[in-house]
Amino acid sequence: MILVYLIGILMGGGLLALMLGQWNKNLSRWIALCALSTGFIALLFFWIDQYRTINIHLSNPWMIDYRHDWIPLFGISFHLGIDGLSLLLLVLTFFLGILAVLCSWNDVKERVGFYYFNLLWILAGISGVFMAMDLFLFYFFWEMMLIPMYFLIGIWGSENRVYAAYKFFIFTQASGLLMLLAIIGLYFIHGRNTGIYTFNYFELLGTAISPGIAFWLMLGFMIAFVVKLPIVPFHTWLPDAHSEAPTAGSLILAGLLLKTGAYGILRFVLPLFPQAARELAPWAMLFGVIGIIYGAILAYSQTDLKRLVAYTSVSHMGFVILGIFAFNELALQGVVMQLVTHAISTGALFIMAGMLKERLHTRDINHMGGLWTEMPQMGAIAMLFAMASLGLPGLGNFIAEFLILVGAFKANVLLTIIATIGLIFSAIYSLRIVQKVFLGPSERQDPVHDFSFREIMVMAALTLSIVWLGLYPQPVINTVKPMINKLEYIFPIENKNTQKENHQATPLNAHQYRVKKQE
Amino acid sequence: MNNLLWLVPTLPLVSFLILALAGKHVSRVWVAIIGAGSVSLSAIITLIIGISFLSLPPATGNYSQTLWTWMQVGGFNPKITLFLDALSLIFVFVITFIGALIHIYSVGFMADDKDYSRFFACMNLFVFSMLLLVLADNLLLLYLGWEGVGLCSYLLIGFWYENPANGYAARKAFIITRVGDTAMAIGLFVIFYQFGTLVIPDVLAKAPILWHQGAYMATITALLLLAGGVGKSAQLPLQTWLPDAMAGPSPVSALIHAATMVTAGVYLIARMHVIFQLSPIAQMIVAVIGTATLFIAGLSALTQYDIKRVLAYSTISQIGYMFLALGVGAWTAAIFHFVIHAFFKALLFLAAGAVIEALHHEHNMFKMGGLKNKLPVIFWTFLVGSASLAALPLISAGFYSKDQILWYAWASQSGNPLLWFIALLGAFITALYTTRMMILVFWGEAKTAIGHHPGKLMTVPLIILAFFSLFAGFIELPHNFGHFTLFSNLLHQVLPETVLKAGINTELQFQVLASLSTFGGIYLAYIFYYKQPQRIEKLKQSGFAMNLYFFWFSGWGFDKLYNVLIVKPIVFIANINKNDVVDKLYQGITFVTIRLYQSLSFTQSGSLRWYVMGLVIGAIIILSIQIML
Repeated sequence: MILVYLIGILMGGGLLALMLGQWNKNLSRWIALCALSTGFIALLFFWIDQYRTINIHLSNPWMIDYRHDWIPLFGISFHLGIDGLSLLLLVLTFFLGILAVLCSWNDVKERVGFYYFNLLWILAGISGVFMAMDLFLFYFFWEMMLIPMYFLIGIWGSENRVYAAYKFFIFTQASGLLMLLAIIGLYFIHGRNTGIYTFNYFELLGTAISPGIAFWLMLGFMIAFVVKLPIVPFHTWLPDAHSEAPTAGSLILAGLLLKTGAYGILRFVLPLFPQAARELAPWAMLFGVIGIIYGAILAYSQTDLKRLVAYTSVSHMGFVILGIFAFNELALQGVVMQLVTHAISTGALFIMAGMLKERLHTRDINHMGGLWTEMPQMGAIAMLFAMASLGLPGLGNFIAEFLILVGAFKANVLLTIIATIGLIFSAIYSLRIVQKVFLGPSERQDPVHDFSFREIMVMAALTLSIVWLGLYPQPVINTVKPMINKLEYIFPIENKNTQKENHQATPLNAHQYRVKKQE
Repeated sequence: MNNLLWLVPTLPLVSFLILALAGKHVSRVWVAIIGAGSVSLSAIITLIIGISFLSLPPATGNYSQTLWTWMQVGGFNPKITLFLDALSLIFVFVITFIGALIHIYSVGFMADDKDYSRFFACMNLFVFSMLLLVLADNLLLLYLGWEGVGLCSYLLIGFWYENPANGYAARKAFIITRVGDTAMAIGLFVIFYQFGTLVIPDVLAKAPILWHQGAYMATITALLLLAGGVGKSAQLPLQTWLPDAMAGPSPVSALIHAATMVTAGVYLIARMHVIFQLSPIAQMIVAVIGTATLFIAGLSALTQYDIKRVLAYSTISQIGYMFLALGVGAWTAAIFHFVIHAFFKALLFLAAGAVIEALHHEHNMFKMGGLKNKLPVIFWTFLVGSASLAALPLISAGFYSKDQILWYAWASQSGNPLLWFIALLGAFITALYTTRMMILVFWGEAKTAIGHHPGKLMTVPLIILAFFSLFAGFIELPHNFGHFTLFSNLLHQVLPETVLKAGINTELQFQVLASLSTFGGIYLAYIFYYKQPQRIEKLKQSGFAMNLYFFWFSGWGFDKLYNVLIVKPIVFIANINKNDVVDKLYQGITFVTIRLYQSLSFTQSGSLRWYVMGLVIGAIIILSIQIML
């Protein structure tokens, strides 16, 4: 039941904030904060409780399950369930949710009630995505997080917000429809095979599909997820949406919405279509590497701070794709770490970009510089997160990227080497941020103030998390271990190697055959 | 006492945390006490550990202390483990001891700086990272220290951040060393897949079993590690960051050049010596890189007018000697030169810093002069440091360490006359530029008035360092006189002995040649810069000499080359694609859609005539089609 309560508290909190916001703006802030904090604390207790038994039940990754019929006629049920990965991402959702509320505390002044309604409903949608074990329900939540986000960007964004909101909506909606087609296709194939028409994830697992169709169905899911993630060339909605969204919006976009794409691949694409995923792997890894380099180079050339950070996300998400399609434990653990640490580090950078915008009324880094003198605290924290973003050991992102690269090295040496070179580029753009914003001479006349108490609390939470994950990531690793073991079970490495050889052998034989024929 | 080991890196770390978190609220006196005190305490603990390590050596020759398991993923479980053996003990000693002296000096040197606590915080973090680097028992932890050192160098080179040039130098240092680090990271991947572990002793134990002599994988691994070392140690072709790294305060330069950072590459190669031994090609490359670097950097040092840049190029050159020694298998000689170099280079930088401060931040040697009598303590200590750098025979420590390398460059099994000859030439150049620097700064007429005299906090560390620059050489004496091998005996627990070529028995003539080259250099500088300065003027008339001068002065054009080949193209691509060419595709789609809808909505004009006309034309078309069919 805790799963239902988690969504319920967000949706209910949102409605309450909307209604009470008419009378008192402060009330809706506090309601949002309370709703998220309650959920967060409940999740933490749940995590601690589960953590004790995690290593005992290595074979069964599922922790808790809730099922209730919804539309039995079509085999649709309200089915929620979580494993380590879902739990981790839920904790992350509520954690970033609290920060999102805190960093829009003074930022948002208009239509406060509706703002927090949207914020909480986005988070409810995201939580639902991480929990839904019924494909119809999953699609429902997938769409549910989209619409409030559209409002959030379109109403509370900056100058070019309407364009950005449309772009975001159309990209995700169009790709989402492909997924819906794929879901329905899968539903009918499974129904025809077995006579049971159901959207239940567990029953759809292991559906026998002919390879040709499986590939197309897989592609339907895949496109929805990689647009969200995003990978090059489907990334262009992201810089616009990120830079125009309000601070909390950017935080949720970068920290959570992108993660739903990665989650979808891990949860649906790999287990439902293992064979097709394997065929796609070299291409996916290639696109991942292209994203790493392309995103980094674009990040370097940006002058809009939020756009710059948005492109670094493109680069970092390239690592995620690279790691997922390496199909081994090290890389997959790295991917999960990357999801968490990227949410924290990029979230922190977006929050600071928002704080700077609030103080300087610009996002253009050419109009900043020399801010260290007046804001040494923010400078130091920005330095720390720039270092996290370039993968400095001791901070969480390093663990993630190192594990991904070590894992990917096993699968594809050449692509991994190129991806590793991406680390040089990440150093170049990260240091550029610090230099342009905080160092150099200051041209400013009017004073700016350093962190306020509320801002210190937000940044302290993020800083502690990223250092903790960098020095002792074991709790995260252990939590997702059963789930990753299960995934790895679908992709045994020995099989993969022999397959590769066979794959290479076939065209060679064909070639030889042709040569013989000519003779 | 060995279980105190964890305190050695922890103390500077704690001090860093205190200063970073609460630096604003700590008074300057306490900043100095915490900042310099923590490193000094580490140095004292190191001495205690060192004494107990030497008097009661552990049975295995090493001691390790596991603090916690960093992570455990599949078969990959790096631990936070400190590992102490003779090699790391020597490095820890140098880092903490010289680090402490530099910190004490900084208390005086930085006394007027507004960012006092930030300075000490970064310096402490620097010492911590370097200690972690040399104490790490696995390559991942070593990599943590390795990158931490890079971060701290970035923070400290760009310490005076208001000047964008300093920021540029800092970024250059970070990014160029990062190029090497990336290659090293790939090296770690290779090692992990070959051995299934990154624990250094395990890797070294397994390597000779898994790889035969000259194995292809050994060469690749060694070269990847070497690339990391080349970056951090500022060797060819990644040496260009070091001369610019002078942007930071002088104690920072002393710390980077003597105790930390640039010696990391030497440490890495010495630590992973088994892999290098398995690949004669890689070892040859190490030696060639070292030799080429020492020669190129030496000639560049000869042409600089900024005193700190002379010292910077001399560091590159001296590290080149260490690489040469590593390359010819003279492992202990390399480490010996590292120790001696650390003493005299720290001394030279700190003394140069005192000179610069006394002369109102004047870096140009041609505007100095005549300081011999005005700053006697600085003069004498600087003289000792210079003598050691120039390897003045018998009395300076630098002679004993450098002579050993020269001798092995010829006599070791993988030595070779050409390497020896260039190294000898390098010794001559070293003496030449060192004497030039001495004469320009301390002799002749005074060109800049002295602002203020260095205090006790600054001079005492100089005197201590001068003492070691003179006498530290006596812990290792050549075969032909004394044959006292305290240092190499200790190191031979870890590093193999140098194998000599057969049939070589006389070291004496090499020592005579080395001494002659030193004296030759000193004499030449004396003629050109003191006795007959008009000769320099005459040389300046010749176009060829001036071209050569500018070529050397610019560091052999490496900066320009990289700028044209790498930096410019990447910046160009980044800038033309600023608006993301991929987005054009989607903009194209919207554009077509909008045009289409506009042209269609054009027909919806609201005027009845048009609609009737449309109907009629439509009807005609349909009818005519029907008729025709």
